[in-house]
Amino acid sequence: MGDAVLGRQTDLPASTEIASQAAIAINHLSLRYGTGPKAVTALDDIGFSVREGEFVSVVGPSGCGKSTLLKILAGLLPPTSGSASLNGTDIQGPRRDIGVVFQSPVLFPWRTVLGNVLLPADVQGLDKAAMRTRALDLVNLVGLTGFEDSYPRQLSGGMQQRVGIIRALIHDPALLLMDEPFGALDAMTRESMNVELQRIWLESKKTVLFITHSTAEAVFLADRVVVMTPRPGRIGDVFEVDLPRPRPLEVMNTEKFGTYVQRIRRALNATGGHGGGLD
Amino acid sequence: MINFVLRLGLIGAVLGVWEWLVAFMQVPTYILPPPTSIFRGLVNGFSSNLYPEHIMVTLSETLLGFVFGTVLAFFLGTIVALSKRVEYFLYPFIVMFQAMPKVALAPLIVVWFGLGLTSKVINAALVAFFPLMVNTIVGLKSADEDRINLMRSLAASKWQIFWMLRLPNALPFIFAGLEIAMIFALIGAIVAEFVGAEKGLGMLIQSMNINMDVAGQFSILLILSMLGLLLNGTVTFIRRRVLFWDPATQADGKLNSDKGGV
Repeated sequence: MGDAVLGRQTDLPASTEIASQAAIAINHLSLRYGTGPKAVTALDDIGFSVREGEFVSVVGPSGCGKSTLLKILAGLLPPTSGSASLNGTDIQGPRRDIGVVFQSPVLFPWRTVLGNVLLPADVQGLDKAAMRTRALDLVNLVGLTGFEDSYPRQLSGGMQQRVGIIRALIHDPALLLMDEPFGALDAMTRESMNVELQRIWLESKKTVLFITHSTAEAVFLADRVVVMTPRPGRIGDVFEVDLPRPRPLEVMNTEKFGTYVQRIRRALNATGGHGGGLD
Repeated sequence: MINFVLRLGLIGAVLGVWEWLVAFMQVPTYILPPPTSIFRGLVNGFSSNLYPEHIMVTLSETLLGFVFGTVLAFFLGTIVALSKRVEYFLYPFIVMFQAMPKVALAPLIVVWFGLGLTSKVINAALVAFFPLMVNTIVGLKSADEDRINLMRSLAASKWQIFWMLRLPNALPFIFAGLEIAMIFALIGAIVAEFVGAEKGLGMLIQSMNINMDVAGQFSILLILSMLGLLLNGTVTFIRRRVLFWDPATQADGKLNSDKGGV
């Protein structure tokens, strides 16, 4: 069902050509706040790429600039130097082919669940009837059927964040940017949301850049884990996660999973980074 | 239910003690009339068709002043909230006028605009203007940073951010401002009538004062508080309909705790 709802292949004729290319290419990206001697370097010469359909997690201690990186990719913040491109075109401001999921659900309390999911479609003036059908399918995909006409305050934190996720999918973006979307949830809800996100990703085949400070979450979800080091934010090691999909929660108890987590933790600790700063 | 009966009982007891004390201590009617003569004044005023006429005058002054004042306040507040430039240049005026007790302008307004309806409407509008303008500015500026970022990330235009986010987000503030403005408009109209008017409840109070008709004044005060309740209740009713999604509205109005008193 998910393919019918979310698939891009059918409406993107050039997809076979793009498939092998990098969906996101980040080149020598730097960001400095302020000027002169007081300038703070938040990001220093960031460079990596993400393949189409790939799930990449970015982990790092607070202050490593990972949220800043996401803001740049979302077009909310111009970089000081360097560039980032999506499907071959530079990101020079907000784009309609990107969906963003924030740390909090960021729902509008005066809109129903369905109304919130349809917000991007309303902003971008997409066909109302078609979008409504699609929104109902998405609501169904995350198990919120029956809550379409509820208001956000009537939902639990986990349910609200599910609305936040499918809202980012409604306009069928090529790229999904997620900024610690489950950080505010309790451990149990967080785990089930991880499983759910994996399922949504497997069905939608979106390119995902997922920012987190939880190593286990990063390994569980990602094809590749990018470690960022703080002050200034740089790219450290990159780990390929070779675990079969779909991954059940039990995978977290396996030795292989443990080894990944340990290696990433070691890479994180080597950067010596804990503590506040830019994030 | 029991509480409701107790409440009525208390009101009855207060009126009873009042009636008895006035008689017992032989307080003259022109100082403090007993509730029964206030009631008689009320009945007389209505049966002689004196009160309805003046109520209509004060009510229309209040409503017209409310509409003009709040519409203007909403537009000016919106412009100030959306444009840093306009805010910069208007700020000194706003601060100065806000600190001034607007009712003190009433004598001037009456001199400028005469004893008729116009001066009352202008005074009511002036008094109603500020609470709504301030609340509109605060409300429109209070949109959450994350929500603005969400709208921006969707490539929303400034207008879309205004209509879809800033305005609905400001509505709880705007309604709190409207509730205050409603009561303020009534105060503004009454004060202007005190200064000089041919009709209206404020004018009636003053002429009764000169004639030492204290019972009559009390009956007008009763009408005025009923009028205030009715006007405020109307705005609250609309607010509940519009802001059903607002938790503060559900819990009922901490927002309007600063109304009353000028």
